[in-house]
Amino acid sequence: MAAAGKIDPMHQFTIAPIGSDQLTASPFQFTNSALWMLIVLAVIVLFMLGGTKRQLVPGRWQAAVEYLTGFLDNVTTQSIGAEGRKYLPWVFTAFVFILVSNWIGAMPFGIVPAAHPFTVTSQFTVTGTMSIISFAIVLGVGFWRHGLHFFSLFVPHGTPLPLKFIVAPIEFVSFMVRPFSLGLRPFIAMFAGHILLDVFGNFVVQGLNAGGAVGYGVSFLAFAFVVFVGALELLVGAIQAFVFALLTALYINDAVNLH
Amino acid sequence: MDLASAQVIGAGIAAIGVGAAGVGVGFVFGSFLQGALRNPAAAGGQTGTLYIGFAAAELLGLMAFAVSMIILYAR
Repeated sequence: MAAAGKIDPMHQFTIAPIGSDQLTASPFQFTNSALWMLIVLAVIVLFMLGGTKRQLVPGRWQAAVEYLTGFLDNVTTQSIGAEGRKYLPWVFTAFVFILVSNWIGAMPFGIVPAAHPFTVTSQFTVTGTMSIISFAIVLGVGFWRHGLHFFSLFVPHGTPLPLKFIVAPIEFVSFMVRPFSLGLRPFIAMFAGHILLDVFGNFVVQGLNAGGAVGYGVSFLAFAFVVFVGALELLVGAIQAFVFALLTALYINDAVNLH
Repeated sequence: MDLASAQVIGAGIAAIGVGAAGVGVGFVFGSFLQGALRNPAAAGGQTGTLYIGFAAAELLGLMAFAVSMIILYAR
């Protein structure tokens, strides 16, 4: 892509069938997004299989898996309470999927030609679908447990009557915005980070091509920045996965315990 | 002014919001550190609250970024 002087940071988010450049009219295509989702799944399955041997004295691998499951168990039980463990499967799934796809998308596999990693979570269709699942769980649990009483979620306890007419619409809007904000967060974080990496990666190449003291200087600075942003990207990927899991648990807590 | 230049200028103005969110995120973590250093024993239990505040402050910056990208690449 990027010819001299022309940076195209959006190209990396193109979804296309393997070995082709653009989507065709057929609805069934094995795209790069699907391929990398399968790779993410394989990594997760391998990681979990390696750690669930149930040894009495856990090895390093099992300790890592146990730390992960214990950490998320902690998140759900602290947010939701004693019955939080019922909702652990979805929170765990969402956290691990977002975490692993964020990290795999940031790996420098591109050194091997044509092995560019595709960050699955940089597409709003993926994170949006996950947030809709979270929202559906909240609605389902809320209406299942409380029936129409679930609507009292919009009116906090002890609100004076005149204020109720103001508070209820505000609470309703803030409730309905949740699926968008929940899905937008991991998507934009990955999207913005990868645009930044692409732009500064292009600065490195163009600085080297330009040559001279200025060219090499710019190239070196941009390279240092790319290393820094790459490290930051790993941190941001973990934080966004954690925030998604935490907010999902909090929203489920709203549905389980009301206010 | 033609559409392309207006798009670039508008995207630049919209990106100011990202900086504002940076102030907000810095304020969240700064306040947390202030509190945590005064009472380190209570800090560990509050990391969940910290990240909720972080998420709320950061979301507005991400929204600004999304708006700026939409302005820049909308046809």
